[in-house]
Amino acid sequence: MRIGMDVGSTTLKCVAIDDNNNIVYKAYERHYSKIAEKSAAMLSEIITKHPQFEKSSLTVSGSAGMGFATALGLEFVQEVYATRVSVSRLLPGTDAVIELGGEDAKILFFTGGVEVRMNGSCAGGTGAFIDQMASLLGVDPTQMNTLAESHEKIYSIASRCGVFAKSDIQPLLNQGARKNDIAASIFTAVVNQTVAGLSQGRKIEGNVVYLGGPLYFLSELRKAFDKGLGVTGTCPENGLYFVALGAAYSSEGTVLDMKEVKEKIANAKESGEYLGATPLFADEKEYKEFAVRHAKNTVATDVKIQKGEEVYIGIDAGSTTVKAAVINKNGEIVTSRYMPNSGDPVSLIKNFLVEFYEEFPDAVVASSAVTGYGEDIIKNAFAVDFGLVETVAHFTAAKKFKPDVDFIIDIGGQDIKCFKIRNNAIDNIFLNEACSSGCGSFLQTFAAAWGYGIEQFSKLGLFADRPVDLGSRCTVFMNSSVKQAQKDGATIENISAGLSISVVKNALYKVIRASSADELGKNIVVQGGTFLNDAVLRAFEQEIGRDVVRPAISGIMGAYGAALYSMERATSKSTLISAKELESFEHKVKAVTCGKCSNNCRLTVNTFSSGRSFIGGNRCSKPLAKANTNAGDNMFDYKRELLSKYAPVKGKRPTIGLPMGLNMFELLPFWHTFFTQLGFGIALSEKSTRELYVSGQHTIPSDTVCYPAKLLHGHIESLLAQKVENIFYPCMTYNLNEDLGDNHYNCPVVAYYPEVIRSNVGDLKKINFMWDYVGLHRPKDFAKKIHGILCEHFSGISKSEVKAAADKAYTEYNSFMNRIHVKGMEYIEKAKKADRPVIVLCGRPYHLDEEINHGIDKLICECGATVITEDSVSPLVEKFPTTVLNQWTYHSRLYAAAKYVAKANDKDLNIVQLVSFGCGVDAITTDEMRTILEKDGKIYTQIKIDEISNPGAVKIRLRSLFAATGR
Amino acid sequence: MSKKIIEDRVEFTKDMMDYTILAPNMLEIHFNLLINIFGQYGYKTELLKNDGRTVIDEGLKYVHNDTCYPALLVIGQLIDALNTGKYNPDKTALLITQSGGGCRASNYIHLLRKALKKAGYPQVPVISLNLSGLEKNSGFKIRLSMALKMLSAVIYGDLIMLLKNQVEPYEVNKGDAERLTQKWIEDLSAEMQKGKGYSFFEIKKNLPKITESFSKIPLDKSISKTKVGVVGEIYVKYSPLANNHLEEFLFGQDCEVMVPGLLGFINFKVDNRLEDIKLYGGNPFKKIAMRIAMWYLSKVEKNLLDAASAYGDFNVPAPYAHIKEICTKIIGPGCKMGEGWLLTAEMMELIESGYGNIVCAQPFGCLPNHIVGKGMIRKLKEMYPQSNIVPIDYDPGATKVNQENRIKLMLAIAKENSGCTGDCSCCSNHH
Repeated sequence: MRIGMDVGSTTLKCVAIDDNNNIVYKAYERHYSKIAEKSAAMLSEIITKHPQFEKSSLTVSGSAGMGFATALGLEFVQEVYATRVSVSRLLPGTDAVIELGGEDAKILFFTGGVEVRMNGSCAGGTGAFIDQMASLLGVDPTQMNTLAESHEKIYSIASRCGVFAKSDIQPLLNQGARKNDIAASIFTAVVNQTVAGLSQGRKIEGNVVYLGGPLYFLSELRKAFDKGLGVTGTCPENGLYFVALGAAYSSEGTVLDMKEVKEKIANAKESGEYLGATPLFADEKEYKEFAVRHAKNTVATDVKIQKGEEVYIGIDAGSTTVKAAVINKNGEIVTSRYMPNSGDPVSLIKNFLVEFYEEFPDAVVASSAVTGYGEDIIKNAFAVDFGLVETVAHFTAAKKFKPDVDFIIDIGGQDIKCFKIRNNAIDNIFLNEACSSGCGSFLQTFAAAWGYGIEQFSKLGLFADRPVDLGSRCTVFMNSSVKQAQKDGATIENISAGLSISVVKNALYKVIRASSADELGKNIVVQGGTFLNDAVLRAFEQEIGRDVVRPAISGIMGAYGAALYSMERATSKSTLISAKELESFEHKVKAVTCGKCSNNCRLTVNTFSSGRSFIGGNRCSKPLAKANTNAGDNMFDYKRELLSKYAPVKGKRPTIGLPMGLNMFELLPFWHTFFTQLGFGIALSEKSTRELYVSGQHTIPSDTVCYPAKLLHGHIESLLAQKVENIFYPCMTYNLNEDLGDNHYNCPVVAYYPEVIRSNVGDLKKINFMWDYVGLHRPKDFAKKIHGILCEHFSGISKSEVKAAADKAYTEYNSFMNRIHVKGMEYIEKAKKADRPVIVLCGRPYHLDEEINHGIDKLICECGATVITEDSVSPLVEKFPTTVLNQWTYHSRLYAAAKYVAKANDKDLNIVQLVSFGCGVDAITTDEMRTILEKDGKIYTQIKIDEISNPGAVKIRLRSLFAATGR
Repeated sequence: MSKKIIEDRVEFTKDMMDYTILAPNMLEIHFNLLINIFGQYGYKTELLKNDGRTVIDEGLKYVHNDTCYPALLVIGQLIDALNTGKYNPDKTALLITQSGGGCRASNYIHLLRKALKKAGYPQVPVISLNLSGLEKNSGFKIRLSMALKMLSAVIYGDLIMLLKNQVEPYEVNKGDAERLTQKWIEDLSAEMQKGKGYSFFEIKKNLPKITESFSKIPLDKSISKTKVGVVGEIYVKYSPLANNHLEEFLFGQDCEVMVPGLLGFINFKVDNRLEDIKLYGGNPFKKIAMRIAMWYLSKVEKNLLDAASAYGDFNVPAPYAHIKEICTKIIGPGCKMGEGWLLTAEMMELIESGYGNIVCAQPFGCLPNHIVGKGMIRKLKEMYPQSNIVPIDYDPGATKVNQENRIKLMLAIAKENSGCTGDCSCCSNHH
């Protein structure tokens, strides 16, 4: 008699097997973190139904069972190991197992060397991720599965973690993409995450078995895996119970009295000490005072209107909520809405307008404005008068409450926006990066997990005696921390308070990077739906040690600001759709692929009844069928054009393949010249695409490395597919010395990625892969050293030939860099004459890659600005003191470009820095760039990019930047 | 390399000899010896032991949150210590190691200075302890005798750590190894105080005595232990603060732990300069100087390894020259940032000497580890099918439960593999 119990992160599974290995009992249920209670209940059920198990062995498995198993001295088996035991026993002939759990993803290989893999501490693509995505679509996972059944197309959704995926899905929803397609895309994202994160150089093939809850319940997810892996996997009987079975099989056979064990588990108190923070309020009195103070910041609501009175409508189509406000001439609120964005902002606004026209037939709409992620679609759908960027909307609203406001922080559902106000203009903007969520939806997710509404949940924490100190971390991590706190005996009140505190800490330390209240400002206005929760508000005041203003209408400030904005600009009559037109309002969505360039953007075409339309998902203006005549010059285009001249050629010597990734984006002129001079042919990997990335993702060993590095795996596959016999991709500790820093290193990833490629791409063994260590920084030694290297691979190459080729290569490289500089200067001059703003779009040479920059360069140009690059201005700057060690060539250029911009004294010359997610070096450069720029009163703007970018967030930054410079 | 220009910093001057110098604690044994040595030269040095949430919080507050975990912890710990009020900020200096090289770790000291300014301690001087001559302080000069004593502390520390790790899990009287370790720290410090114990020959004489003393601790070898090696980013690998008390956890899971010592890292750092010249060309005089340094280090290392095998039945690691040789099978010796190829080599050495169950500990998103740690596991698995390596990421957000669960998986496989008696192909090429 053996009992196996699998206590996972979200569910509890249990099996009881008799001495003939028959499964007598099995059960599966969500435990809602009430682990001890539920486990005891399950044991109790077993012995009631099957008294023969009163004396039985019990083996526990699963991450959440580790604690009590250790405490009670029960047998414990690690869950992946347990899976292995049961698969070996029940499914002989299995080649690989993919098991997705609540928060874990695992791959087990059985043939060709047994290996087990488990996701690292940062990884989505699991059950919890699927749950989160489903709730974003307003459905449950089973419904999501049904939706996916009739999908037509797949969108690219970041698969790294839930937080990223959310910021991809939201814009899709706002653009009107079909939920069916999004649902299927989510499943594909899970597949990509699992393959990229866990296969690590091993192909998943043969007899593949799918285990775990999500794969068991979701047929479309299995299909997505089948498609992604090119296999037909099976989902065995009892697929949910393999861990529990494995645990039972692994038992050492110690027979226990289950009644006793059950009692012990029920009474198990986890060792239970957690770190506590100061309570939010000492007592009711303190809370009252707090409430009275904040009640003052209010504006009249539900004011009556006279017949024919003019009103102004503001709409904020945010990422997770849609808000609307109707105000009168005095800025008083006539009516307002705060609605969750269930993925269809258009029909929400339609309903709102219908209700408004019905309720206030006497009102005359004088003007209207819309802001937020859904700005474009709503503006088109309902012929709204004005569109404005969120930051301006919030500033306009905040001024109404505190005219001398100098700092605004808005925590919404999906984003945190903070900005400083200087000289009555928006100055310094901080937005949360895709990776550090900690916003409203974060609290909401936790509240929902406990079955509360967010308001209720956050109220619980107000009088918590010892809030849990959860630190500040991303949602994925927070899940496990909260679970740990629960185990340590923290009450739900203290967890609620702890989560509110963590939202604040996240905003202050991760997003704003502030270390004191004085850095923020003296007159702080806080807003956004999240601040409606007194617990969050209190935590914020406590953390910065200063009182702040929270308008009573905190949740709808964006809409209120938009309404005020529209009032300031109101002309004669509003263009907003009338009550009559609304009656026949129709909205149709079609998904198409734009074929106007190689980007092949997946477009959503929205058409509305009046003939208006809106296209979303485009990266440039081509599909909009109206040429943008105002676009500025684009240095990125020029650089790409220059590079395209170094094309593949045949030569008298063998052909050498060069992967077009990382530093090759800059060194191509050098190596191309060098090899062609020697008579070698040149083959290049194809242009980066999402497909190219996917083709190489199974050989990525570290899923937290930056996207440009991950892409290199695809470039190698591309060269292999071209059947090249030689690939040259050298290791380079040092870069060329441009005398801008104290040293001239490459970052460790750029320097040594060839080593990763060599060790992880198995097929390279079949060809000649040259990964040698090469130093271009010592031109004199270079020729000698490279000659030695070439002689190891090819015969008959003379020293003098190599010397001559090297000289030519250096000359070519220098003239390439010089052309960039000259062209940059030309563009700046041209922009000045045309009164165009100039953006120095800083990054790395490989940010030229359109798959990496996601067309951000074009986006900036289309805003009417000229884009130049850091290397076009860095030659104008002399080495200068920095507060950090300035030792990487690419990064020295960044500092130089910042210095150039800071000293130029030109408000139309600004910097935008592209930062690849996971770039460790940029954790240092971004702070330094900001320091250099702010010293001279310039604004620093950073855009984080990854596999996927969020054009919405990029636009906010750019538009705010232009708004701040008075454009 | 051109002249350094770094913005103004507070220098540690001669007038500051009455300051208390605070240093982070990376390696208990080595660092205790080191601060005693500093004390002998008039530097009042203290190792920081403050731990817990406030350390991490201060780090998160003052350091960019995407910066590597060690920077966050070390800086958090130093600022937390100043915040306690125990030290007068006008009479306190900080000491931090600076490794130099293309890893972002070379920037810790600058991040620390930035953080001190932000935290309201701009007057506190920060001393860089480095092998590369990166920064100098007029009040903190390392004389030759001090440098030799410091090197001896590394050698003594490595031997004591090696022996202690192999004795502690089996000792009959709990605490024997720890008591003996403390005794040796005291005795060796006292000897150095008298100006003895740190010359080449004195070290050579002392080392076997240490082994002898450890070999006399009564052991119960009947307990079967899982042999686990620990490698990784240098701070996370060694510091319990950073690795959530990894060694303690492994002891609790019935493991014997092998952690490669510090001398290998010093060898590696010196050797890198030689490799650079070899790969890219360079000053022939520097080349000769480095050759001599390497020769000296190899002699010192030989003393250490000989001593470790002089008594008892201790597992003795392979010499630097050997591990460099084996590792060039899979990674180039030019890979030098962070722990560079040495990390891969240490894994190979551990596998070959029977510690094939390995925890590779690194800060989340550690750049060199993408290459030399996680990037090499696939290849190692090919070469040594029985190797059982688990990479574990550490950062302020990672939870202990999550990390321990992954380590437990590695241990479960280790237990299964322990049927392997050392006769299989993967274990047979013992050096």
